[in-house]
Amino acid sequence: MFDSIIQNIFNALQWGSFYSLIALGYTLVYGVLRLINFAHGDIFMVGAYIAYFIAIFFFKGSPALSGTTTLALVIPLTMILTAVFGVTLERIAYRPLRRKGANRLYVVITALMCGLILENGNLAFLGASRKSFPELIDKVVYNFGMISMTNLKIGVILSSIIVYFILNTIISKTKIGMAMRGISYDKFAIPLMGIPIDTIIVVTFILGSSLAGLAGILFAMSYPILDPFMGAIIGWKAFIAAVVGGIGDIKGAFVGGFLLGIVEILVVAVFPSTFRDLIAFSILLMILVIKPTGLFGVAKSTKI
Amino acid sequence: MKKFSVPALFIFIAVGTVVAAHFEMIDLYVQTIIMFIGVNIILSSSFNIINGYMGEFACGHAGFMAVGAYVTSILNVMFFTSNKTFGDPILSPELALWFFPVTMIIGGIAAAITGVLVAIPSFKTRDDYLAIITLAANFIIVSLFINMDTLGGPRGFMGMKQVLFAMEDVVFIPWMLIWTFTFTYLVVFLIRRFVSSTYGKGIIAIHQDEIAAEIMSVNTDKMKLVAFMFSSGLAGIAGGLFAHILGYINPNSFNILKSTECLVMVYLGGMGSLSGSIIAAILFTLLIEMLRFIIPAADTLLHFIPLIPDTFHLSQVLKWVIIPFILVILMQFRPEGIMGNRELSDFFPKLKKYYEFK
Repeated sequence: MFDSIIQNIFNALQWGSFYSLIALGYTLVYGVLRLINFAHGDIFMVGAYIAYFIAIFFFKGSPALSGTTTLALVIPLTMILTAVFGVTLERIAYRPLRRKGANRLYVVITALMCGLILENGNLAFLGASRKSFPELIDKVVYNFGMISMTNLKIGVILSSIIVYFILNTIISKTKIGMAMRGISYDKFAIPLMGIPIDTIIVVTFILGSSLAGLAGILFAMSYPILDPFMGAIIGWKAFIAAVVGGIGDIKGAFVGGFLLGIVEILVVAVFPSTFRDLIAFSILLMILVIKPTGLFGVAKSTKI
Repeated sequence: MKKFSVPALFIFIAVGTVVAAHFEMIDLYVQTIIMFIGVNIILSSSFNIINGYMGEFACGHAGFMAVGAYVTSILNVMFFTSNKTFGDPILSPELALWFFPVTMIIGGIAAAITGVLVAIPSFKTRDDYLAIITLAANFIIVSLFINMDTLGGPRGFMGMKQVLFAMEDVVFIPWMLIWTFTFTYLVVFLIRRFVSSTYGKGIIAIHQDEIAAEIMSVNTDKMKLVAFMFSSGLAGIAGGLFAHILGYINPNSFNILKSTECLVMVYLGGMGSLSGSIIAAILFTLLIEMLRFIIPAADTLLHFIPLIPDTFHLSQVLKWVIIPFILVILMQFRPEGIMGNRELSDFFPKLKKYYEFK
């Protein structure tokens, strides 16, 4: 009994890591731009596909590289390419709207529609056949009593925690992080202080998208079947996790992601798996009703 | 005279379509499209109450539609047909004709109650949190129906065609077409009456400035509740119609993608414009159906001029790329949608001479 609880919590931590990594991206963009970047889940999907193509290129290419070398190449390349992708999206879809001073709602809708374009564009051009991600590293299973953990799971959990601490340092210690916090505090005073607002926004998108790319790699390695709609559901859920943590707050997104992961896995451990969404979302709604600003959020009263 | 021009035009179109359908001058496919246009008009115009007139951002309209669809279908199947789950009909099947609107309204009421349940937690929360709550509600409702095994669970629920056949046994005319026309007109009329009434103007006041509205003695909490209830109730009616048009419902046909469709229609038409919603619903439905033919045609054309490799074909999924793309372009160049927050008569002032729809 005790073992199975520990085992489930361990699985939940792995599952929550994906939510956390994606929720961090949501919350970064939200904190700086006050924009719900609904396309973020699909940036995650794009990240997974980029990782897939890079992995296939090196792993199955003519001078086939070994699995570990491929992985060492896949991680930075995917993160860079996904970041480029996220910035491109910001450049062509969001920035013109921001320049025009359009209502925030229009940007949200643009984001939602960009997400749909990415999902269905992928489905239309790459076809409905699911891609299976090559196995890059050998699976090692460690057994501690009844608890078994694989090296991949530990890697996923560790990398999400490390990423969180790096991100936290960037936000709280560096000048760029200070500028990001400044923009979220007062968007109009910041340009007067000589801070290039567009550069900071680009940096935000680079950070958020590369995290989504990393989540994409880790997800593709853990669940090696890719399909175009994988980002949609996880993205929506990560968004809810970010809100429960208090959107706009890094710590909130991190904790919220793990919370959602834990709730989902524990629900599945007790109830039939079809109840997962039902109970997980009910609990999250309950949290929002009790604490409307989320766990770490600060109340602000503006309408979207 | 002005007062009657819109109802007269509507009745002319409705009767014309029904007669044409009865004498099989238009085929079933066209009839279905016309019925879906009706359903989409109800969906977009009811969603416009929250997202347009009230200016909030809710994104779970399909959940309420699901409640309406399931409640109406269950009631009709239980009372008027013999079914595996519910046994023999409780009432005589001939009565289906008379009780159909009643069940439809009960479905609407059930959806409205669900709407209230969703709206209550949203009072305490603000701005983007409403989006979350409605989104989560949509997930919860769909998941709830997936878990109800007596209703077919994820396999879906059917038997609504029998209700239709029961109605057609009494009088053989295209009943579904008639009901769709009736309910579409009623819903549009109700919404128009509601938002132009003194009471309903409170909703628009909330959009403009919530605090000012409260000072001007608009009970904002109650107004939000009423708006939510009204909107979700009408979505329930749309769901009931949808279920009976298809004759089969599946929890996954009410997922977040359906809600996104509603969002597209509202913002395509313009926030806070009833005629915009109607135009957008018609355009949207027709566009989807037209793309069904345009995409294969474009495919053959592109293969004719060898632009794309032979193995690659343009798939039907492409329409879900084209429609969001249209909306993205729209947001860049005309973010207020087709009509903005104006009605048709504000757009073409000369039309005011000919019609008045209040």
